[in-house]
Amino acid sequence: MEGQLAHIGAGLAAIGSGAAAIGVGNVAGNFLAGALRNPSAAAGQTATLFIGIAFAEALGIFSFLVALLLMFAV
Amino acid sequence: MASEAHGAESGGLEFHPMDQFIIKPLFGGDIINWYTPTNVTLWMALAVVAVIALMVVGTRRRAVVPSRSQSIGELAYGFVYKMVEDVAGKDAIKFFPYIMTLFMFIVFANFLGLIPMSFTTTSHFGVTVVLALLVFLTVTVVGFVKNGMGFLGLFWVSSAPLALRPILAIIELISYFVRPVSHSIRLAGNVMAGHAVIKVFAGFAAIAVVSPVSVVAITAMYGLEVLVAFIQAYVFTILTCVYLKDALHPSH
Amino acid sequence: MATTTTDAAGHAAEAASAPGMPQLDFSNWGNQIFWLLITLVVIYFVLSRIALPRIAAVLAERQGTITNDIAAAEELKAKAVEAEEAYNQALADARVEAQKIAAEAKAEIQADLDVAIQKADAEISAKAAESEKAIAEIRAGALDSIKDVADATANEVVAALGGKADAKAVTKAVADRMKG
Repeated sequence: MEGQLAHIGAGLAAIGSGAAAIGVGNVAGNFLAGALRNPSAAAGQTATLFIGIAFAEALGIFSFLVALLLMFAV
Repeated sequence: MASEAHGAESGGLEFHPMDQFIIKPLFGGDIINWYTPTNVTLWMALAVVAVIALMVVGTRRRAVVPSRSQSIGELAYGFVYKMVEDVAGKDAIKFFPYIMTLFMFIVFANFLGLIPMSFTTTSHFGVTVVLALLVFLTVTVVGFVKNGMGFLGLFWVSSAPLALRPILAIIELISYFVRPVSHSIRLAGNVMAGHAVIKVFAGFAAIAVVSPVSVVAITAMYGLEVLVAFIQAYVFTILTCVYLKDALHPSH
Repeated sequence: MATTTTDAAGHAAEAASAPGMPQLDFSNWGNQIFWLLITLVVIYFVLSRIALPRIAAVLAERQGTITNDIAAAEELKAKAVEAEEAYNQALADARVEAQKIAAEAKAEIQADLDVAIQKADAEISAKAAESEKAIAEIRAGALDSIKDVADATANEVVAALGGKADAKAVTKAVADRMKG
């Protein structure tokens, strides 16, 4: 029973991955929108883009980690 | 690794996505002491060999007109050098060999991990936590050595209203100490997640009807993983540069 | 891993392999950290002692070569421009020279021509004068002959008419008639 609950929790935690996907899409989409308006400024901001994506993605990875912990460590 | 079990089992699907991360001693036995050569040792050594092959053997001719391997080495050098210079500033150039070491190790560990049946050292928190803690300690020590107590100004947001500053200071302090956690878990989590997902798709290949879909999905994931392998190395390096900039120029 | 959720085969395989996530098996962290540190130190020394100075030297050398080549190219270009200028100068000089020579030749020819024309004019006018004289003589000769003929004819006519011609009167009449 307890294990089944853990599996349900893992599934719920995986929702966070979808949320992180929305976040990453937001970052990349807004970057693209800005880059198309002012292409000359885009090249200098790719590093910022990747940092933003990394921060957004890290939280998704945290939820993935929680899911894994519930699956294997509980 | 998970796929090995499928032929033998007839009933039910078998998923062992985490078995690929098991650390085994290279020469048999069960006991892993701190010095035991394991598959971690093997693949780290291969990463070292790859780095030497690219950066030393590839550039041995010192040609003004570079060969293919030499131009890749120069590309890596220029890439990291420019990153350090642009993000962390000119006075961070003396940390360039250190950052280059991190970048080369992570990039080669990630790419070697993409070879089928290989072992990915950067998927282990034990490895990435050490990498991130090294960066964290370096940044903290450099910050205090360069700026003395002025480094604490990083946490004291002087542009905020006075009443808010203590609260912001606490938030900044927490985010400062969370840095190595997110820094390490990001790398290991990304790499581990990608590899585990590939193994899960491989597990579905046991059903004959699903197997073509499974093969296509593995191919697509593999392509994504090649991208992730590089981007995570890049992100780890650029975040190191960002943290280093904070240490060298803490004015918030 | 919870035992109740997996089927029997999966459970057996699970039990055979390592428990749960290998990443969370802290017993071998020491091993990983030890080898990681060795790896990092080796890479660091290889890079900082051999690879990076070498690549930096190669890049600097290439930069130098490129700068030198650009300077040499610049020099050659300047030389080319200089040569072109000299060529243009020579061309302009030659043109001026040619024009001078042509003008000189023209003037010389003009002078010769003028002299020749003058001479020819003089000759022509001399000839014309001579011809005129000759014509005048011929005309005078012709008048005399006509007078003689007229005289003779008049005398004959008078004689034929049975008159006694007075020679002088006839001559005078003829001369009058010829004038008139």
